[in-house]
Amino acid sequence: MTNAIEAEGLSRRFGRIQAVSDFSVTIERGEIFGLLGPNGAGKTTIINMLITILPPTAGQARISGFDIVREAAKVRSQVGVVFQDPTLDTMLTGRENLLLHARLYGMKKRDYIKRIEELLQLVHLKDRADHLVRTYSGGMRRRLELIRGLLHRPTVLFLDEPTLGLDAQTRARTWEYIRTMVGKEGTTVLLTTHYLEEAEEMCDRVAILDDGKVIAMDKPSRLVDSLGGVVIILDAPTLTESILKDMPFVERANHSHGKWEISLNDTFKNLPLLLKRVGPINQLELRRPTLNDVFLKLTGRHIRDEAQEDAGGWLEEAFRQDQRGRS
Amino acid sequence: MILRELSGLTGVWWREFKVFWRERSRIVASIISPLMWLFIFGSGVGAHYSVAGVSYRDFIYPGILAMTVIFGSVFFGLYIVWDRKIDVFKAVLVAPLSRTSIFLGKVLGGCTDVLLQVMVLFLFSFLFSAIDPRGLPQAFLFLFLSSVAFVSLGLAIGSLLKSLEGFQLISAFVIFPLYFSSGALFPVDRQLPSWLDVLVMLNPLSYTVDGVRGSLMGIHHHPLMIDFIVVSTFAFFMVMTGSFLFSRMKI
Repeated sequence: MTNAIEAEGLSRRFGRIQAVSDFSVTIERGEIFGLLGPNGAGKTTIINMLITILPPTAGQARISGFDIVREAAKVRSQVGVVFQDPTLDTMLTGRENLLLHARLYGMKKRDYIKRIEELLQLVHLKDRADHLVRTYSGGMRRRLELIRGLLHRPTVLFLDEPTLGLDAQTRARTWEYIRTMVGKEGTTVLLTTHYLEEAEEMCDRVAILDDGKVIAMDKPSRLVDSLGGVVIILDAPTLTESILKDMPFVERANHSHGKWEISLNDTFKNLPLLLKRVGPINQLELRRPTLNDVFLKLTGRHIRDEAQEDAGGWLEEAFRQDQRGRS
Repeated sequence: MILRELSGLTGVWWREFKVFWRERSRIVASIISPLMWLFIFGSGVGAHYSVAGVSYRDFIYPGILAMTVIFGSVFFGLYIVWDRKIDVFKAVLVAPLSRTSIFLGKVLGGCTDVLLQVMVLFLFSFLFSAIDPRGLPQAFLFLFLSSVAFVSLGLAIGSLLKSLEGFQLISAFVIFPLYFSSGALFPVDRQLPSWLDVLVMLNPLSYTVDGVRGSLMGIHHHPLMIDFIVVSTFAFFMVMTGSFLFSRMKI
């Protein structure tokens, strides 16, 4: 069986800006794969290339064996997309949105009538299916978009920031829905998010992107394990960077919100030594590292510091405006 | 393949109709302005003048139908600028469907809206003694072809525009000049200043007005066959241009 997604050296340049460089990956059927990184890292650009709405400037890719440039129409019928910005038709009801989608994808009536009911049931939207989407809450809209993306039974589902802008509780529920639906149908998923905890839980594999380049790609657990045992969180008012620099066993230290986050190169062995030299301690915590720490280690920055909640696809937008200025 | 395109095309059409029907109170609003032209402007001027043997009010009835078509059609087409802005169109444009099918679905959707308005105006035709109701189907054909042409024109301009700010400009530089120089409100004859005569001859909407007036009251400047050929050629040309520009539109 062909792989769900194969990309080789996929690249995209906007004017002088290299948005994505040399993206290569092989994703098997049924895999849930996460693209992680701050805004502007190139996640949305990669998705747009794979769903054939943006031509790559170099490299190539295949979805279910179909070339994204030469066989765009076939690729389109193989993929489902949930865009970062809502694309539901708010002038139609929930059910009408699904009916329209079924017709746009050329589904047969006997095929979609039952499926629409099943999907509505699955995400608990049946009661509201005949109300205008305008009256839906954010979480309901996301659920509707999700089942719309799955309606035509795509082999690959693209989810661009599926939980952006939702509150924590709705986010958790949305992931649950995604997991149930995808598991049931064996759909391959490529998702982007900058909620790294969520990615860690959801994804079989992740690629971390920075500045258009892949800087790490592996199972989330392997990336986290590569950091070694624990992160030490210290509230020590007199501690300074130069004190830490004197201790060769301190692998990384980061000061934010009045607290130090410190990783040692040999888990616990040197912990007593560290504590002896940091001065008075108000608070001490130990925690397992997360993908956030992986990102921090690889880039020296927190992913959240840069992630603005609503600034998706800004690079492309900037490019468009740039072009407009010129023409 | 063809079935899928057809299913998508009718899907887009169905969507436009749904939305239009849901807001059918808008039909009432869109009918008010033509009725005022007919019954206030037309009756006022008609009290003093008659043209080519019919009252002025009757004379402009075909012109007001043409006005309804051009305004309704072009604005419907331009509306895709808004669709693109709020992203609803993105989901349609990633479907495995040719842009031509989406375009044609939109054109049919627009025509349906506009022709429903035309039919409401047809209901008033019995109030105009100069009108021969047997000519209504032929007039409808002219108005249908013109609607196809002008929805396509609207979509063509809409796929080039980046924002809604261009609306005023299109109104001032495209729709109003076409309307006023079409002979909708005055007879096209030898008394026209020659520059205006040239404008009227070059204006495709003139042939719609002439064709409809000829069909309904037997008053026309060109043979109706010529009107028909010009209007359908124009419609064909606009569909080609519109679907070309639409297919190159960036998402």
